Amino acid sequence: MNVLDIRRQFPILDQEVNGNPLVYLDSSATSQKPIQVIETVERYYKEINSNVHRGVHTLGTRATDAYEGAREKVRKFINAKSTQEVIFTRGTTTSLNTVAASYADANLNAGDEIVITYMEHHSNIIPWQQVAKRTGAVLKYIPLQEDGTISLEDVKATVTPNTRIVSVMQVSNVLGVINPVKEIAKIAHENGAIMVVDGAQSAPHMKIDVQDLDCDFLAFSGHKMCAPTGIGVLYGKKHLLEKMEPIEFGGEMIDFVHLQESTWKELPWKFEAGTPIIAGAIGLGAAIDFLNEIGLDNIAEHEHKLAAYALEKMSSVPGMTIYGPLDAAKRAGLVTFNISDVHPHDVATVLDAEGIAVRAGHHCAQPLMKWLRASATARASFYLYNTEDDIDKLVEGLVKTKEYFSDVF
Amino acid sequence: MSSNLDALYRQVIMDHYKKPRNRGLLEDGSHTINMNNPTCGDRIQLTFKVEDGIVKDVRFEGEGCSISMSSASMMTQAIKGKKVEEAIRLSKIFSDMIQGKDYDEDVDLGDIEALQGVSKFPARIKCATLAWKAMEKGLTEEEQ
Repeated sequence: MNVLDIRRQFPILDQEVNGNPLVYLDSSATSQKPIQVIETVERYYKEINSNVHRGVHTLGTRATDAYEGAREKVRKFINAKSTQEVIFTRGTTTSLNTVAASYADANLNAGDEIVITYMEHHSNIIPWQQVAKRTGAVLKYIPLQEDGTISLEDVKATVTPNTRIVSVMQVSNVLGVINPVKEIAKIAHENGAIMVVDGAQSAPHMKIDVQDLDCDFLAFSGHKMCAPTGIGVLYGKKHLLEKMEPIEFGGEMIDFVHLQESTWKELPWKFEAGTPIIAGAIGLGAAIDFLNEIGLDNIAEHEHKLAAYALEKMSSVPGMTIYGPLDAAKRAGLVTFNISDVHPHDVATVLDAEGIAVRAGHHCAQPLMKWLRASATARASFYLYNTEDDIDKLVEGLVKTKEYFSDVF
Repeated sequence: MSSNLDALYRQVIMDHYKKPRNRGLLEDGSHTINMNNPTCGDRIQLTFKVEDGIVKDVRFEGEGCSISMSSASMMTQAIKGKKVEEAIRLSKIFSDMIQGKDYDEDVDLGDIEALQGVSKFPARIKCATLAWKAMEKGLTEEEQ
């Protein structure tokens, strides 16, 4: 894997920000897009733009073939059994909300349990809070170990025969930990619950095999894996999706409309009301081709090395607190941190003046921030186009930040 | 480091950040207002006492970056002893200044003027305005 070759395929990286070469370390928020994806979307609009699954004209057929072709690429990417199990959505948030509003509302009763963890993103908390309010179900949290990891003993202690849904992120957007979702799915199933996996931070960075994980649902976003914003995926096991009602109604998703009632199309289209995100889906297909060509295993290994390098270098900065496990083997490619006496917003502003983009704030994980006893943190996240040089510049920037704030006081 | 940064992190701002004025909470009987910035998690709690249309006392508690906390400290200093309508007017002037708009330069802003550099950092404007928005909301409620 030649990172410099890869970088050349991302036009946005070749620019200066505030007089310095851009160092983009915010891929966990959204990844940059390679030229192949940008050109695929452009070509779609220039050459075949048409609505899908309607009409008989040639462009309509080309657009439909490209859209459904992208679905097949997603199916292979996650090793789903059938494209009927692959629903295009607006992103992880919409995917999780669909499971909550359709599956959970229909299957949960008062006293049933939904189990999540303390490290979840708000989009894997609030939909379940709302289900609990509507159905009388109870929302329970799996606690975290000292280093931010989850122990299977705690999972076993929290999941009970009353549990109907277990929903866990595969990779934490704050702690960087990789959760044992396959083992958690097994525990969920032993208790008669279904397993939902939030793959927003894992799908871009590691191979996912839904049959091997044996998860019932998987949600992820395109924009974090080199695809455009506005496209995401909900994978669901066919036998579950078949019994679920759509949550949006209108064009595209119907079989037949009568005056007082209607019937739905077969899977997956019954969940795709209205004109779908055609260009986005085709762009996601191109992103998958791009990632496959490099190889997810190579990407994972590269990020792993970067994480290990970053942990080592960043630890040497005076006053540095790093959140999550310090053992790089337990981590994906991101490091969340704080520097003593400097608020993370100030860290991000000073780094930005150096051309370095990091995220600062609560990362849409307020319950986790509470557990970490931090109101906010800064985060540097890495992807296939980042280099050790980027991390060196980050560390240099952090040392300068520390000095800058000691000087002004 | 760039001169832009120096324009943002002025000495007086750092002074207010490190040694905040009027930090704490007033005891019962005073008006309390809570506000947060949901995009970043900054939060502020403001307590104040108004008598005869004058802000007799004001204190703040909160968590946030140097800009939000120093702005809160300066705000309390600026409105203490002022008439409610003067305090609200000051808030409008501050809002204009921080957004880089023209503002009434005849008004003596004192320390607050140091925050002018924030207007060059659009991502940080909300940090600076949090305490002022809380004050405006609180005083408007108090008036009603």
